[in-house]
Amino acid sequence: MAIRRGRGVAAINYPTGMNLGGDPSQALVHSTPTGNFMVTLSSVDLGQGLKQVMAQICAETIGVKTEQVIIDTADTDTGPHCMGTFASRGTHRIGNAVIQAAQEARQVMLEVAAEALEVNASDLDTDGEGNIHVKGAPQKSISIFDTALMAHFKLGRSISGRGMFLVPRSYPEVETGAMKPSTCYAHACTVADVDVDDETGEVTVVSVKNVFEIGRALNPKMVEQQLVGGSWMVISHALYETTEPYYPARDHGGSDFNEYLMPGPGDLAETEIVVLERPAADGPYGAKGPGEMCANPQIPALANAIFDAVGVRIDMMPITPERILRALKEQRSA
Amino acid sequence: MKLAKSYFADQRKDDLKELGQGLQRSDVPGHVTGKTSYFADRHFPGMLYLKMVRSPHDHARIRKIDTSEAEKHPGVARVITHKDVPHNVYTILILIQVGPEDEQVLAEDKVRWKGEAVVAVLADSQRAAEEAAAKVKIDYEVLPAVLDIEEALKPGAPLVNEYHGQNYYMYDSGASRKVRFGDVEKGFAEADHILEQTYFSSPIEQAPTETTGCIVTPDGNDRFTCYTNTQAMFFTLDNTSIILQMPGHKLHMVGGTVGGGFGGKVDVTVEPIAILAAKLTGRPVSFIYSRHEEMQISSPRAAEKIVLKDGVMNDGRIVARQVWGYTDAGAYSRHSPYGAQKGAAHYPGPYTIPNVWVDTWCVYTNRTPSSAMRGFGVTIADFALEVQMDKLARLIGMDPLEFRFINAYRDGDMKAHRQETTGAALIECMQEASRLADWPVAEKYLQMSSYKGS
Repeated sequence: MAIRRGRGVAAINYPTGMNLGGDPSQALVHSTPTGNFMVTLSSVDLGQGLKQVMAQICAETIGVKTEQVIIDTADTDTGPHCMGTFASRGTHRIGNAVIQAAQEARQVMLEVAAEALEVNASDLDTDGEGNIHVKGAPQKSISIFDTALMAHFKLGRSISGRGMFLVPRSYPEVETGAMKPSTCYAHACTVADVDVDDETGEVTVVSVKNVFEIGRALNPKMVEQQLVGGSWMVISHALYETTEPYYPARDHGGSDFNEYLMPGPGDLAETEIVVLERPAADGPYGAKGPGEMCANPQIPALANAIFDAVGVRIDMMPITPERILRALKEQRSA
Repeated sequence: MKLAKSYFADQRKDDLKELGQGLQRSDVPGHVTGKTSYFADRHFPGMLYLKMVRSPHDHARIRKIDTSEAEKHPGVARVITHKDVPHNVYTILILIQVGPEDEQVLAEDKVRWKGEAVVAVLADSQRAAEEAAAKVKIDYEVLPAVLDIEEALKPGAPLVNEYHGQNYYMYDSGASRKVRFGDVEKGFAEADHILEQTYFSSPIEQAPTETTGCIVTPDGNDRFTCYTNTQAMFFTLDNTSIILQMPGHKLHMVGGTVGGGFGGKVDVTVEPIAILAAKLTGRPVSFIYSRHEEMQISSPRAAEKIVLKDGVMNDGRIVARQVWGYTDAGAYSRHSPYGAQKGAAHYPGPYTIPNVWVDTWCVYTNRTPSSAMRGFGVTIADFALEVQMDKLARLIGMDPLEFRFINAYRDGDMKAHRQETTGAALIECMQEASRLADWPVAEKYLQMSSYKGS
């Protein structure tokens, strides 16, 4: 009886957005009298940071600092329609709607500044620090603060924009299944190292090395929290979790976090993450959806590592010590 | 985390100002200091608490519902049954024309899973609501139940859901969503080896930190405000409008920061009945799942059964892949017909295979209805596909990573669902994994590229 080390690999792709499309989202953007920008949505932040990434997308597009953008969301009386936060669609769908709305608002902002500076709007650019200047002549400039005041109180113009993003719905062809499930795909490859105790069947996940390709990492810190969290969540899925341990029998279903088996902090694997960026043609600044894709390749990588360690295949999730022990017993008696 | 900027550098301009920066989230100080407010932080005078009476059986006919004792219990304001629900039979995806309506908001004639909602009790306190709920008497005639995919599809199996008429979802393509590409039989005939394997998964909990729930206030102007942790505001609003036969302009949904949602909160299970209760009583109503309900009642990830049959050549090429995928929807559709066909689109995985045959089924059983969850239609498919890839590589004596390079899809390759591959990056992910994990592969694989014609 011994602790045996094994290594496994798996590679996957993952579609961004609701399968087959047909899932619109809208955004509205307007400036306050002093040149801050309000983004109005009805999208839901699930704790993953949707509001933060939308603020950064709006700021990048208009040419202001992120802290000058406020996100007002999740209210059906004020926010325009959004299909919802699911299917790795938030960043891609809502981000594109925010870009469109912000571009329209930026255009009005530049037109107002053009009037103040007596130039053409097409000759103007933003410096990202709160100013609008003539291209090639940075000394000829006006602040966004003053531009917004002028729009409100002198010109009577609304610095605002509307955005809408829809991937048209695809209907699968009945006989062949010809269809367009998604416009872009994220990719991943995981190498997992495990120790398996062939006396107890216990698996220790020694390390998980994940490579993810997600289009663009719009906020790398938030991408990291998503990718690390997803990786941990799915190790739990692979090795621990089930609503009923003897499924399909309905007995012994957990009803709180004491009974529902999940790894504790001491069970977390050493996790390494590398991110590749191949921009998506229709992604907001090239981004794809990182939400779901990060929680897939670890499961088969672990299953393959367990086989590499002790030579048994567990083709039913979760891969519990009991299932490993039973398979080892069968292997020894064969 | 490391950004590997050397890959795809020719396709990227690294000139962003606000994006590409790891700015701290503006909401994080609130989260970590306990100042962020959630829907359940709201309190209203005169608020009622809703307790649901649920089926103790997997499958049973309802002979009689007697609420008289519960109604007399001190503190009880109202008891609600199916008779009070204007449009009691619904399905969430009817909004995008995926029917039929197949689920009763409050069970009328039958219960089809252990935990199904039958009677809602509203009282001044959570305790009074729970005590009164215990006094609701329901007379059941227990029926034979089917608890897994294989049992459900056997001839003569008990019928789970009469609104479907058979124990599987009927697509426009028939009993399954189909993908047919090339000729799998020809592929198998040419193959050096054939491997057929079956994979299973059991359901798992969504397990969000914040349980599913909502609080509703009647606003005095014939409108209702619903503070909810739904993942989809208008899905909830529009489905509520249908179930309550109430024009959408009377409904106001307010969300906010949600304490975790992995797909389960795309279901519409608490809001319609809580808004109905507020309407019938004229008082604010709180309906929040206990942890027990979150674990036992809210939709889990579906159990799946996947059969993969592959034909492979000694040189490493996969020449045929046949897939039978089965999703256990439980008693009702919710989002499962959509998830099953997402699986059909996902096979045969990120590999270019000339002959592919896929059938995915959405199967009904007397289990807790499953629904969307992170990786819906894909996660279990990837488990099966990638374990199968490992078995195939070992079958022909090839390194598992090199075997994947040989079959990896690249730009321009035709997928089984007849879309040309664009934006592929599988090869580069595997190259980086080889370097990161010190997993040696032959130099020719490190020279490969996802680009067309490379």
